[in-house]
Parts: sequence; C-alpha cells; structure tokens
Amino acid sequence: MNYFKHDFASLHELLVNKELSVTDLTQQTFDNIEKRDQKIGAFLNLNKAAALKQAAQLDQKGVAADNLLSGIPLGIKDNIVTKDLKTTAASKILENFNPIYDATVIEKLNALQTITVGKTNMDEFAMGGSTESSAFKLTKNAWDQTKVPGGSSGGSAAAVASGEVIAALGSDTGGSIRQPAAYNGIVGVKPTYGRVSRYGLIAFASSLDQIGPLTRTVRDNAILLNAISGLDPHDSTSSSHAIPDFTAKLDGNIKGMKIAIPKEYMGEGVDSEVREGIKNAIAVFEKLGATVDEVSLPHSKYGVPVYYIIASSEASSNLQRFDGIRYGHRAADVKNLEDVYVKSRSEGFGDEVKRRIMLGTFSLSAGTYDAFFKKAAQVRTLICRDFANVFNDYDLVLGPTSPTTAFGIGEDINDPITMYMNDILTIPVNLAGLPGMSLPAGFAKGLPIGMQLIANRFDEETMYRAGYAFEQATDFHKEVPTFGGQD
Amino acid sequence: MNFETTIGLEVHIEMKTKSKAFSPAPVKYGVEQNTNTNVVDWGFPGVLPTVNKGALEYGMRAALALNCEITKDIHFDRKNYFYPDNPKAYQITQSQTPIGRNGWLEIEVDGKKKKIGIEEMHVEEDAGKNTHSPDGYSYVDLNRQGTPLIEIVSKPDITSADEAYAYLVRLRQIIQFTGISDVKMEEGSMRADVNVSVRPIGSDKFGTKTEMKNLNSFEHVRKGTHYEAKRQQRVLLSGGKIQQETRRFDEPTGETILMRVKEGASDYRYFPEPDIPPIRISDDWIEEVRASIPEMPDKRREKYVSSWGIPEYDAGVLTQTKEMSDFFEATVAEGADAKLAANWLMGEVNAYMNANKLELLETKLTPENLAGMIKLIEDGTISSKIAKKVFKEIISNGSEPKAWVEAKGLVQLSDPAVLEPLIETVLNNNEKSIEDFKNGKGRAIGFLVGQIMKETHGKANPKIVNKLLMDSLKKR
Repeated sequence: MNYFKHDFASLHELLVNKELSVTDLTQQTFDNIEKRDQKIGAFLNLNKAAALKQAAQLDQKGVAADNLLSGIPLGIKDNIVTKDLKTTAASKILENFNPIYDATVIEKLNALQTITVGKTNMDEFAMGGSTESSAFKLTKNAWDQTKVPGGSSGGSAAAVASGEVIAALGSDTGGSIRQPAAYNGIVGVKPTYGRVSRYGLIAFASSLDQIGPLTRTVRDNAILLNAISGLDPHDSTSSSHAIPDFTAKLDGNIKGMKIAIPKEYMGEGVDSEVREGIKNAIAVFEKLGATVDEVSLPHSKYGVPVYYIIASSEASSNLQRFDGIRYGHRAADVKNLEDVYVKSRSEGFGDEVKRRIMLGTFSLSAGTYDAFFKKAAQVRTLICRDFANVFNDYDLVLGPTSPTTAFGIGEDINDPITMYMNDILTIPVNLAGLPGMSLPAGFAKGLPIGMQLIANRFDEETMYRAGYAFEQATDFHKEVPTFGGQD
Repeated sequence: MNFETTIGLEVHIEMKTKSKAFSPAPVKYGVEQNTNTNVVDWGFPGVLPTVNKGALEYGMRAALALNCEITKDIHFDRKNYFYPDNPKAYQITQSQTPIGRNGWLEIEVDGKKKKIGIEEMHVEEDAGKNTHSPDGYSYVDLNRQGTPLIEIVSKPDITSADEAYAYLVRLRQIIQFTGISDVKMEEGSMRADVNVSVRPIGSDKFGTKTEMKNLNSFEHVRKGTHYEAKRQQRVLLSGGKIQQETRRFDEPTGETILMRVKEGASDYRYFPEPDIPPIRISDDWIEEVRASIPEMPDKRREKYVSSWGIPEYDAGVLTQTKEMSDFFEATVAEGADAKLAANWLMGEVNAYMNANKLELLETKLTPENLAGMIKLIEDGTISSKIAKKVFKEIISNGSEPKAWVEAKGLVQLSDPAVLEPLIETVLNNNEKSIEDFKNGKGRAIGFLVGQIMKETHGKANPKIVNKLLMDSLKKR
C-alpha cells in the first residue's frame, strides 16, 4: 500500500467498494513496516496477530459506510495503554508490562473499528526531543536516516512520514507531537488541554500532557482528532466543551483572518533558513487574504525554565508508582524494602528520566518549593496572560515549530540544555493549554521545516481552517521522502 | 515548679461512602483481600483519580457539624512518600485548602463546660494494609486503599487527659450523628494521634511535644496522655530535656515507650494535585449539605426533655448513640408512649445487648415491634409479666408481638364471665383464706390472687382479678 497516495477518504472508498479488503490493507501495512522499519525503527512492538484477526472480522461484517476510520490501520505511541498489548513507554521499568485496560482514546478508536498495528517508539516516558532516550531502539528521520526523528513522539512521526501507516497517535507535553511532525514533514496537532482524555496515557506531566494525531494531511488530522475528543468521566481534567466537526470549515477561505507573529518566535536562536521558510509561509497567508501583524509574548523567554520545573515536578511524583512492587521491573538482588525501591528504579529508569526526577524532587522540596515550583506556577500564569492578550485581537498565532530542522543522531544528547532549547517555541503552548499544530512549510537542505499555528483555547477549528488553506495553496505536503514511495 | 499540659489530637475518621474517594471501587469491609479494587486503586500506569462528590459532601457535613468555616475554593494536594500500601506513592489530601477551618465542639468535664477549638478538617484517602507474614513475605491488601477519610486537627486547647477523653467521646458522638461514619475505634474507622507537651505555668512558649500514633481506644488515649504528661514533668524536673519523638502506649504497663526520635520533619513534597481541577463550593451547595445533616444530639435531648417529658439524665443516655436515638424516635413515631419506650430501651433492651454482646441494630428488635408490644401492655392485652416473655421473643426472633401473643394464647384474661367462675372455685377451695381475710389479714388477698394466676397460667389480668375477688369476698 502506498500511503503517500492516499488519505482516509480515498482508503475508505476502496474499502467500501470492496476494491481492497481490510485484511489486505492491514497485511500491506505490516509489509510496509517490515520493509521500511529496518531503516526507520519506528515501531517497538507489533500487534500482528490480533490486528489481522480484527481485520478478518471486519471484512466479514463489512466496513461502516458512514465511518471514514472503519478498517484503517493506525500506529499508537507506546505511552498510551492498550489492553493485552505490551505498553512500555520505551522504558526498561515497563519492559514486559501488559496493560489490563484500554486508554479512553483506544476505546474510542476501537468503537470506530480502527486497527492498532503496533506501538511506536518514543523518548523514555516522553522525556526528550529526539527519541534517543528510548531504552530499546533508535528511530531515524524519514528524510535522512542520519538525523533524529524528533521526539518524544518520534516513532509515530517517522512511521507516518515514511509511509508505514497513514496516521498515528502521539502525545505532547512540551512539543512532543509538533516537533517530530515538523522534523518529518507531516501534520501534528496538540489539542487544547482537556480536549482529549488522558485516561490511559502514562503520565509524564499531568497539567501539560495531551494526546493528539499525526497525519500527512490537515483534513485527516481533523478527522482523527474528532474521533478521540470529548469529555471522559475517568478524566476530571477533560472538558465538556462542545466539539465541532473540525472538517466543517476546510474550504480554503481565510480572508480577513487575523494572524499574529510573536517577535520572540522569529528572533535570535532561530535558524536563518527556518526563519526564511516561515517568512515565505507568512507571505502565502497574506496572499490568501489574512492580515498579519507582529506582536509580543514578553514572558515566552521564561517558558523553558518554567516548563522544566513544572513538568519535572509533576513527573517526579507521577513516576513514583514505578516502585517494583505491583508491576514492572523489580531488581533481583534485594535485601529489604529500600533495596526494592532503589535498585528497581536505578536499573529501570534511564539517565534523562533520572535527571528529571531529581530536578522535580528538588523543585518540590520544602526549602526550594517557593523559589522553584511556586515561582514557576506564577510565571506560568503570566505566560497564559500573554497569549490571552494576543487572542483578544487575533485569531491565530504563527511561528516556526522548532528553531532548527532535524539534528544529527547523537548530536544533542550529551548536552541537555541545547536539547531543552529545541522546545522553546512549543513549550509555551502547553503551559497555556492552547491547541497547536505543526505542518510542512518548506525545506532546508532537504529537511522539512515545520510551521506552528496556535489557536485560542478550544478553537482548533480556526487552526485547522488556516492550516488547510495553507496546505491547499502550497505543495510541501506532497513531497515524500526519497527512500519511500516505491511500492 | 508547676506544669500545665497541652494536648493536640489528630483524629482520622473513615467515611462510609458507597465508593472510594477517588475511584469507583466499592468501600466494603471483611471481604477477600484486593477484591474491592480496580486499576485506579492499584496505581496502574495511565489511571487518573476522579472525585467522589459524596465523600466531599460527607466532609462538608462533618465540617458544618463541627462549626467550621467552609473553604470556598478547594483543591487537593499530593503528599509524596514510598510505601507498599501506598500504590501511587502519593496520598491525595488537602494540605493548602482544608475543607473546614476554625471549628469547635463543647465538652463537659466534672460538670464544667469548655469549648475546644478545631484548627482544621480535611478530606483525604486512606492507604491499603501491609501484613507481614511469618513465611518471610509481606502482603499488600489494597481493599482499604482510597477509602475516604477526614482528618480533624484540634487547637491546643485541651489541657488534661480527661479533657482529651471527653473530646474524643464528644467528637465520636457528633460525627456519628452526622451519619457519615460508624466511628468505631476497635474497627479502625476512628483513629487518634495524640501530641503531648508540658510547660511551666505562665510560660508563653509550648514545650517540645511527643507524639503517640494510632491509639485504638479512648481509654488508651486517657491513660497514655496522663502517663506522658507525668513522664515529661519528671524529665524536666530532673533537669532533662524533652526530645521530639514518637512513642507507643504500652497497655500492660500503662506506660509510653520510645519508638523513634524525629530527626527533622519528613519532606512530603506537597503540591497541588494536577489531575483534579480546583473545586468551588457555592453557598447553595453548603446550604444543601447543611439541610441534609440529621438532627444533632443536643437538639434531640432538648426535644426529649421539653416535648416528650423524658428526664434529663435519660435523654442524655438515649442520645449517646445515633442508633439508640433513631430507634427511640422511630418507636415513638410508631405510636408508643415515649416514657415507656425510653424505659424499655434503657432497661431491658440495654440489658439484652450487654448480655449478648450485640449492638442495637444487630438484635432482631424493630421499632415497630417494640411499639407494638408497648401498646399491647397499655391496652391490657398482655400483663407486664407476659410482656417479659413477649420481649424476649421479639428481640431474639423478631416476631410480630400481637400475632405471637395470640398464637401462643398469651392474651390476658380480662373477661369477668371467664374469671368469675374461676374465682368462685378458688374461694371454695380456700375457706381458710377467706377467714383470714375477714380477720383483717391483708396477706390472704395476695395468696388468693396467686392461686388464680396459677389457674390461668399467669394470663389473668391482675387488676380485674383484684376487683372481682374483692367483690366476691364482700359477698361471702
């Protein structure tokens, strides 16, 4: 199956018209993965037997004619729990963990008859921006296998970009969907905080995490987000906010839309070719009839430190449950309870996870709480206010997704600070709970440039509308990585 | 040197909600280990807590019953620590915004009334239970994990062991009447930690305190507190210093024993629980909860005395527990005379409970049946002697008194047409007694009545027998 030539709608037509069976589609997806994943390494664990069984059942029943997702194979990031399908969050501490329940998003997708083909690689516990902190394997960029796929949803992004699957779910705590989408030249959306249930997402930072879709087109992305959105009684932070049909306004018309460009997003630290690419994108929007102004988000410069304090603090608490008592890795040679804890966790967690647990534990400690966690929470409010001020006057905020294109494997991993700075443009969006999208906006030295669109809370509709108009006016999304496309 | 004692009590009370505080698993006791649990209680990867509104409302009930101010904007906090019975490795509690603050309750010691302040009261979740087995393993049972608790922290107003005891008795009574908990120390649904310090009278600084944890009876609190205050005075008088330490009350010796010295406070790294958004408590909600609180013991006592004619002491006894008070009121509502109902409850019913070691609601007695029996006595259907039989039956077998009395033929004989011939026979057989009576020996009457009762197997209505007998004797 050449996924580069398809979207949900065209696959659906093939399935409904019986030109293709779900079994064939699923089998071909596994063929895709088998061929390409040797180079890409996107999947940690495949669900072949169960997926083919499910496909056969669906063939017998017939795909639902009114449901674009019926029979569509999808990749799922490995921090989203799947019943009876190993879920590790790319950590040794969960190496053999088989969940006994499905995440809410998985329940929703199952009800829509999608087929889970496997679990995608990621940075351990979603902590990282290159998928290099995975305990199990390296994932490579679909466009250049010497480059990282970004992270933490690097496996999902690379799987979609390399045509292994048509779409995948990821999670985004500080840019973990948008940045790998940018690095791989696809569309990735982090929804408004509360739009999608977090029940069954292995928590990294509870107040920032959101599950979202990675696809090759804006429309597919909107369809998949519609499928997983909604209030969940299992998640008190999920929202009852009305869910519009995100595809309803995809008509290419954005005349009069008011777009803000934060000067902080186009300044120093942003690679000149990336900046150039975004400037060209801005010109496209102007040509489409949008008005574009420069604005300021004065507190965005504090985003990275605020994020690393809040996210690490929450993570230090969330990751305490991995104690070797009830599930997951338990160290063998232990003498007492403290040994169980210390050794199991020392052996089970990787360096980046340990680094953040220490940072978070420190930030929450009695002597440092006020200066770190509390101060960070206060500055977070200021960052929210910055955006609120802009959205009083504008429909959308636009900028690059990442200051650079994909960097080389091994290049940043020994320098956490540089790695952390990669998230400087995506982090404020999580801190403010806003929806953000990355979509292809050009290339620099053969590597995709990602453009970020940020909308007001629960206004994904505007974001999709603008993204779609841009996509239709440009050809970047039609480009495919050279190694693929040759089925 | 004279000392004064300062006592602080931290009381944990388990609330009897249907489901747990932050998960939909049921709250149930005495079932197989780990059966009342789900993925949330196990702290599985990916699970999230959801607030049981009922637990929050029960907490508000307690806060209101303890005269607390309700905190309008509340959130939950995480208290982080590792322990196998604590599966998330944090407890969801309220450290920054306890639901109730600045409350009080009133105690009475040696006839003197005193208000004891309540610093704060918050809602939190209980942990599971670890059992250490002789086989070398430790076992974790998470049935209790997530059971909603309230913790009530007193102000340093308690100054003696007797006051501490009275505070706990009063607190248990109030909480019991709110209906949110069984408050049973022996079953662990009420647990107390006690802080004790002493200082020279007149000193403006509190002394260093020691803590006794998880005392499981009020008497232990009284004895332990008393011992601890004396011990601290002895240490100070001999020039020693009190260390901040945790001690254990040792029942056989009545002493407190050092468990561990505290080396600085533990750092639980409290921070706001990000999985549960802040909750705003509206005035309407508070009033709704206030209206749902059952009538408190003081109000009931007043009602019994002034409206129902119950003596002050009896009213106090009847309002000691909610079960008794509810039972009493239900019996009266079924049409029983209040005084008679009170006498039966405080007398025979209590005696039965003590003899059989049963709680009121564990007996087969119902308010309907008790009222039914009292009515049978009042209308003369049964004698008070027969009533004892009837009572035994209804409290141990739950029979309906009227039907049982009829089935067993225990209805009192009051019909003169039936009684008169019997009396004539008895008189004819006891000429001597008639003579004695005529000679002014009053005792003869008693003998004759006894003979008639014997003939009727105790069923004759003694009042009527007396009257008919006198009439007959006068005729002779």
